[in-house]
Amino acid sequence: MRDPEASGCEAGGLEAGRREFLRAVARLGGGLVLALSLPACAPKRAATAGGAGGTGATGQINAWLKIAGDNTITVLVDRSEMGQGVYTALPTLLAEELEVPLSVIRIEAAPVGDAYVNQGNGGQITGTSNSVSDAWDKLRLAGARARTMLIAAGAAAWGVSPADCHAEAGKVVNGRGESLTYGQLAEAAAKLAVPKDVALKPAARFALIGRNLPRLDTPDKCDGSAEFGIDVRRPGMLYAALAQCPVLGGSLKEFDDSAAAVLPGVRKILQTPSGVVVVADHFWQALKARDALRISWHSRDNASLDDAAIRASLHKTLATDPGKAARAEGDVAKALQASSSVHAATYELPLLAHATMEPMNCTADVTAEACDLYVGTQVQQMAQAAAADAAGLPAQRVRVHTTLLGGGFGRRLEIDFIPAAVAASKAVGVPVKLIWTREDDMTHDYYRPPASIRLDAGFDANRKLVAWRFHSVSPSITARFAPDATDPFDSVVEGAANTPYEIPNLSVNYTRQEIGIGVGYMRSVSHAINCFAIESFMDELAHASAKDPVAFRLELLEKKPRHRRVLQAAADLAGWGHPSAGHHLGLALMEGYTTVIAQVAEISIEQGALKIHKISCAVDCGQMVNPRIVQSQIEGGIVFGLSAALWGEINVAGGQVRQQNFNSYRVARLNEMPEVVVKLLDSPEPPGGIGEPAVALVAPALGNALFAATGQRIRALPLAAQKFVKIA
Amino acid sequence: MQTLTINGQPVPVEADPETPLLWVLRDHLGMTGTKFGCGKAFCGACTVHVDGAPMRSCSLPLAAVAGRKIATIEGLSKDRSHPVQRAWIELDVPQCGYCQSGQIMSAVALLAQTKTPTDADIDAAMAGNICRCGTYARIRAAIHRAAELMQAALPRQAAEPLHSGQPTLQRPS
Repeated sequence: MRDPEASGCEAGGLEAGRREFLRAVARLGGGLVLALSLPACAPKRAATAGGAGGTGATGQINAWLKIAGDNTITVLVDRSEMGQGVYTALPTLLAEELEVPLSVIRIEAAPVGDAYVNQGNGGQITGTSNSVSDAWDKLRLAGARARTMLIAAGAAAWGVSPADCHAEAGKVVNGRGESLTYGQLAEAAAKLAVPKDVALKPAARFALIGRNLPRLDTPDKCDGSAEFGIDVRRPGMLYAALAQCPVLGGSLKEFDDSAAAVLPGVRKILQTPSGVVVVADHFWQALKARDALRISWHSRDNASLDDAAIRASLHKTLATDPGKAARAEGDVAKALQASSSVHAATYELPLLAHATMEPMNCTADVTAEACDLYVGTQVQQMAQAAAADAAGLPAQRVRVHTTLLGGGFGRRLEIDFIPAAVAASKAVGVPVKLIWTREDDMTHDYYRPPASIRLDAGFDANRKLVAWRFHSVSPSITARFAPDATDPFDSVVEGAANTPYEIPNLSVNYTRQEIGIGVGYMRSVSHAINCFAIESFMDELAHASAKDPVAFRLELLEKKPRHRRVLQAAADLAGWGHPSAGHHLGLALMEGYTTVIAQVAEISIEQGALKIHKISCAVDCGQMVNPRIVQSQIEGGIVFGLSAALWGEINVAGGQVRQQNFNSYRVARLNEMPEVVVKLLDSPEPPGGIGEPAVALVAPALGNALFAATGQRIRALPLAAQKFVKIA
Repeated sequence: MQTLTINGQPVPVEADPETPLLWVLRDHLGMTGTKFGCGKAFCGACTVHVDGAPMRSCSLPLAAVAGRKIATIEGLSKDRSHPVQRAWIELDVPQCGYCQSGQIMSAVALLAQTKTPTDADIDAAMAGNICRCGTYARIRAAIHRAAELMQAALPRQAAEPLHSGQPTLQRPS
């Protein structure tokens, strides 16, 4: 199969006369005429909704695959591309079985559809780092079924048995060496019954899976042509800015738009449940007019909410409510009483903002009959429902066009930026692009929940760890998404309830304590919270029992060879036990998203300030589709975790978020990066998640290294807010 | 009505002179390769070149760029053939990709000034560009790689502007 950009326009599936005609046109008129004849061959736009596609002769083979007469192969990807590589990894799975090179594939974002439900998440949702594990069988089967149908169509065309034909490089080849391209066969193949039982290749025969193939979305991201939500342009489109109540949870009292309405370009000012929307010819005009609005707000219950009040409520609950048990083994209370020595510590984590590089935005085009929604979203069905509600249309009249996401990190699991765009378009009768400013984005996030976690542990007379009690107090994210959910825990005890450490008496409890502020899923979710507490406390216990932190953990992992291997690999990678002079090492281990991962931070203290030299990371994430993307996710996760560990903190005063922009919400920059070394371990395990786990280990690894260096224990984040830590 | 010089072409613009160059490019001219990240010159997503120097277009009013030569990501090459683009593609630098136009423009400006930048040069030149996906290690490697590609192409590259009709991007002396 050739590069479709270069030669895919040879119209292989068309009848000979038309093919000859097109070739002649191509010779005479050049690419332009050809491009007009075959829209799929027009200069490629970014991989966005409705972009790719074939000719009228396109065979839609199944929910994920279209093959056009011109041999254009389009994979509909039902997960959102937010940097984690699904626009490459998922097509790789399908292409492996379809027998086509990855490089020929075009991407189209899947619409809302039942076929696209993520079985791991129960909805059309990109999250929980399970895009590959959910697609692993599904897309390979889709590719194998399509290949089988194409072979059957070829065999029928030749009047031979399918058994005498095979597929290779986008063609079906018969025993005589004759071949037909997939484009020539697609229409016929699409009419065949879908075979149920198809054999999948054994891993030993993988030609694409496991190779470092180039990402399909890279080139468009290097010349400005990649289309994110904020880049969508529709004919006649206007722009909108939104004024929201600065106090979280507050609401509009009244507003005076007399000064704003007369400003240049202003078309409409309307009140919506989200706030006051200004629609103008250009976004800058909408912003200026928004700033000219005079608005009074009701603060509601949050007028006096601040950091101290939030912390106090978590502390009080931690002290007074034992919580609900997510897991209980043995008798922890009795074991603690009988212990020779007991240890306890409380860990605290602040609110965090997602701060995706692309601020929230949405473009809506509402008519009396339908709504087209152009949006970077991780939740297509929820986006559809939110738009339908705001437009007053049935959900099936809302078409969701998923664009590239300029970062997700869980922020785009929310649909709060959608209704106002829909209301505005409905009000003005033309498409409207509503954009949040960075300040809007940072002050109206669904923040990573704060948490207070108390850990208790007891050793017996032989210095064996025999009791472990984990109790977390935190607001619930899941309760907002699924208020009727019967499981009160969901993600909140992840990493704690499934701890790999073998301890005979163990309990994991959670108490829900709301704080009046909406909290949301953020990359590595509760793992990033719980791992800090658990792995810091593990380090405390290792030191309390005068054992090496690696050896101490290995003792508790006797029946966990996979964890032992990863831990040892990270230790080896970091030179555990023999750091450079003046350098100190700290360690963390975690199982999350069915991936096992360990990190070692190497630091020194230079003139009283923390200097981070290196983060070494070993990971067993099962079978890898594309190791280079796996590595980039680990590298990126470490940067994300570093930002959170060093500086990440959202402060609240008077019910308002104090951080407004990147000057006060500091994130890691290139010049602040330590060396990052990654070891990917070969593994026969099923594919695990890789977008999130690396985030969680950075803070405990750093805290443990700081203890090794200074004897001071880090029990709260961020490090920059701790009195005895200066950051070089 | 003002006329800007963008990627070597004169471009008429009808906008309030206070409008930041970023929004002139994106909304008025449909050049959406340059990104909005913070609006306050903190993040670098909107980096363009003005007379060869990397600048944050979100904080540059239209009135301030009249008569000056503006270069954007769209003007770097017609076919992603600029050495920095080639290095970026070779190393699969982008993840979400949103910040990468700004990263690339900062890197191009650095390499126009410093043919073989050290890590310290890269730190200094790239500290103003945030990437939340954390592609920093690859950005650093890609800048070194682009420097190699530029050196390899030196005899031809030195004589040619970055793209036709466009003056070579250099910092003002």
